Amino acid sequence: MDREWFRMTAHELADAFRNGDTTAEAVAEEHLARIEKIDPQVQAYVDVWQESALDAARDADARIRAGTATPLTGVPMSLKDLLCSTEGTTTCCSHILDGYRSPYDATVVERLREAGAVVLGKVNMDEFAMGSSTENSARQTTRNPWNLKCVPGGSSGGSAASVAADEAVYSLGSDTGGSIRQPASCCGCVGMKPTYGRVSRYGLVAFASSLDQIGPFTKDVRDCALVLNAICGHDKRDTTSANLAVPDFTQALTGDVSGLRIGLPKEYYTDALGGDVRDRVETAIDILKDRGATPVEVSLPHTEYAVAVYYIICTAEASANLARFDGVRYGQRAANVKDVRELYHQTKSAGFGLEVQRRIMLGTYVLSSGYYDAYYLKAQKARSLIAQDFTKAFEHCDVIVTPTTPTPAFRIGEKIDDPLQMYLSDLFTISTNLAALPAISVPCGLTTEQLPAGLQVIGRPFDETAVLRTAYAYEQHRGFDWGRPPLG
Amino acid sequence: MAQITLDDVDYVAGLAQLTLDEATKERLVGELGSILAYMDKLNALDTTGVEPMMHALDMTNVYREDEVIESLDREAALMNAPKTDGAYFLVPRILEGD
Amino acid sequence: MNYEAVIGMEVHVELNTRSKVFCGCSTNFHAPPNTNVCPVCLGMPGTLPVLNRQAVEFSVAVGLALDCSISRWSKMDRKNYFYPDLAKNYQISQYDLPLSFDGAINIIVGGETKRIGITRAHLEEDTARNTHTLGGGDSGVDFNRSGVPLLEIVSEPDIRSGAEAYAYLTALKQILQYLGVSDCNMEEGSLRAEANISIRPVGQEAFGVKTEVKNVASFSGTQKAIEYEIARQRQILENGGAITQETRGWDADRGITVSQRSKESAHDYRYFPEPDLAPIVVDTAWEEQIRAGLPELPQVRRARFEEAFGLSPYDAGVLTASREMADYFEAVVEAKAPPKQAANWIMGDVQALLTYRELDIADCPLAPVELAAMIGLIENGTISGKIAKDILPELMDTGKSAQDLIEEKGLVQISDADELVTVAREVIAANPGPAADYRAGKAKALGFLVGQLMKATKGKANPKLANEILARELGSSED
Repeated sequence: MDREWFRMTAHELADAFRNGDTTAEAVAEEHLARIEKIDPQVQAYVDVWQESALDAARDADARIRAGTATPLTGVPMSLKDLLCSTEGTTTCCSHILDGYRSPYDATVVERLREAGAVVLGKVNMDEFAMGSSTENSARQTTRNPWNLKCVPGGSSGGSAASVAADEAVYSLGSDTGGSIRQPASCCGCVGMKPTYGRVSRYGLVAFASSLDQIGPFTKDVRDCALVLNAICGHDKRDTTSANLAVPDFTQALTGDVSGLRIGLPKEYYTDALGGDVRDRVETAIDILKDRGATPVEVSLPHTEYAVAVYYIICTAEASANLARFDGVRYGQRAANVKDVRELYHQTKSAGFGLEVQRRIMLGTYVLSSGYYDAYYLKAQKARSLIAQDFTKAFEHCDVIVTPTTPTPAFRIGEKIDDPLQMYLSDLFTISTNLAALPAISVPCGLTTEQLPAGLQVIGRPFDETAVLRTAYAYEQHRGFDWGRPPLG
Repeated sequence: MAQITLDDVDYVAGLAQLTLDEATKERLVGELGSILAYMDKLNALDTTGVEPMMHALDMTNVYREDEVIESLDREAALMNAPKTDGAYFLVPRILEGD
Repeated sequence: MNYEAVIGMEVHVELNTRSKVFCGCSTNFHAPPNTNVCPVCLGMPGTLPVLNRQAVEFSVAVGLALDCSISRWSKMDRKNYFYPDLAKNYQISQYDLPLSFDGAINIIVGGETKRIGITRAHLEEDTARNTHTLGGGDSGVDFNRSGVPLLEIVSEPDIRSGAEAYAYLTALKQILQYLGVSDCNMEEGSLRAEANISIRPVGQEAFGVKTEVKNVASFSGTQKAIEYEIARQRQILENGGAITQETRGWDADRGITVSQRSKESAHDYRYFPEPDLAPIVVDTAWEEQIRAGLPELPQVRRARFEEAFGLSPYDAGVLTASREMADYFEAVVEAKAPPKQAANWIMGDVQALLTYRELDIADCPLAPVELAAMIGLIENGTISGKIAKDILPELMDTGKSAQDLIEEKGLVQISDADELVTVAREVIAANPGPAADYRAGKAKALGFLVGQLMKATKGKANPKLANEILARELGSSED
């Protein structure tokens, strides 16, 4: 093998396909071999679609020959296990959905198929996307490709690990409070949550409906723009999908940030943010400054309430969204139940893991009689204030730049027994979900422990272009060899 | 307000149709208690006159037209059913008042 | 002690949109189980609801017809509870901001008009149907009804008797049918009524403990169930007992209400705004557009029928009972039939023939213009009322015009005096006895002779003319 095609980006592969340097089938085979070799260590995949991937690759080759290829035709990718697909299973990495086969494809899956994507399979996640480490999966523990003793982040840990370990060129995940950006940061890849409403949620198994958004994991910012081009846009099956024109996001990839005002929220850059992560982020800001951007201090005064607001809203919505998993129409039903009450209780108690049960309990509690005003309504008001903070900040800047996470990936098992500490690690990502804004995490170097750090760029609503422009300019000029995870 | 008791846990588990063993209940009393205590920081926030953000986007009146679209084949509808006779989803006999 | 009953009604009515409220599945009632279903109405993971515009417009139309205020800004909410017929284990409904509120219906009971307040009408989704007749210890769930748009109409506790409840339901159904928004078929469950009933000593303001009676299959059953329940509660109170707050079912065979197991725990539905749906804003332009599309409502139409056509309140009531009936009547009058005659024919012979043929007025095979033509032939003396009665079934069955039919059958009335004089003389000659009786002053004998004349002419003689000629001939022959 002269070249390792599996290390390539989507846009590099598209060039190679066009030039006849390789074929989609060969690249798919390489990826499947890579998965077979590496995945026993990384454990990103929960379902590999060997046959249908090769079928799709052969179809892609036909399209490439016919000259009807899109930039993603023939490019192998992975799907988070909560995106519904008629192929394979869709289990949200929960026992309650063991063996579940969706009767329909999610809108994003349809769009990827139309684009000629080669789906390699489903990847691991925290059960129902509830977690920040992928340790809450009912399937397996995914490892961070940079250090197998560390978590890949979560909840889309399988997506991040599959891309970082070159087991997929890109992946689709979902982000409710940082579930794309945080694992992307932990695994050293690009991860983006578009504006709420930019990508149809139809076929995304809901965790928190007003916060969930689908987005890509890629090896670079150009691929991120290409994947967004394929998946964004209005869908009449999703009421909350925005009926707005979608720009060609590759137009943002100019490398030029002159005149761009980058907001630095003082509430994020506190003394508590220390060490390597702060250092890497400040270096990144200097690079943007050197390219003509202007740093501006901004304030997001309600930041301290974000974690509380987030966990009230997301658990409340989740408590309703997860009620349907009852063993009546689909999913795993407890055996030998004598009545409907037992059916519900035993099915749910056996099917849901501890974190899911914990969040259902919390969400049920905050909505229960007598507490709605104190928790849910109060949180929705505070959410308004958090969103207004961003509106005001964006009067003074074009994008906001922060670390994606305050610390790099932690060790497996380190926080699993302290849910509150786990929740607090989402501090820098959840505000953008609450405010429905677009945000990207782009790798900004390794810490001294040789773990990736991520730079988060947040934009105004539906201004993904400014986010991509900033991230791309930084990526082009960051001036270090990004290297590869120390895997076989 | 965040004083959560075993009774609260029982009540909420009943609403959520969960059966928890004693150890899990005890554990949740502590965990939910500390999470709710953390959430009580919201009490310090003045939200007088603030409209709640009930929806992520400022959209209204999003509708579909009244058009019939083909339904699923019954086979596909029942494909994942844990128990079916080929026509119905079957559940343990439902009694009035269940 | 004297007690008065305090009754509020909750009516659920399925709106007859073509497709369901949140997905494109058909609402057709007569489909095999689980064939009008899709991932959305089965509550499959990952699905999202999209609101049917027609369901909103029907709901607003009902609100306007019930004299309600329309919420400028309203929203859908999730109502959380577990039941096998509820696909998502939450029902998308409306909690604090219903589409319409503060309305009223006028009912007429014992000749008195009474206003029954409407608290609210809100849009929600219907649930699946459970069946318990499959055997084998299981219940079956059919999701064909899951997601059919449902309007819940809640009255104020203004109703005081079973008869008032009956009148309320009848008036409500009439309005819904005029609007064409529901079939209101209780057998198929497209209209379901629940009554909340309590009693209190006359003069007391506080409400008593209420019971809820549901699953009644007809309006008259509802009336009986309420009357039974009032009597039952009175007896308990008079014996010093206390009413238990509970749901009771109506056992039509035994004519009693029966306690259904009281709910184990209080409801805690954990309502919150549905994040998957956008708020509903009905601005004045949209409201006015819907109002402009409303038909003339039954009470208005009834008053107009009395006023414009000089009908009695009873006749106007019968003729406006359904929109189709009223439309038919107006079409007959439009075709130049005198209103009173039109009313008599429609309420009498036409209705009887339709009933015999098990047809609804909407499917009446006799076109209004043909009925009007037939009435016209009576008015101008071409045929007698008797002949008209005789030919009506054939008119209805053949679709021929009345004119063609009477000509074909030679039924044109004989109004030719010369011809009638000839027949009259024959009749007098053939019946000397009665003729002599008449001449002797027995006026009654004339009727017999007229009858004989009609018989001789096979009913075609103009009766008025036949009378005059016979009387004249009897008088003249005396000379």
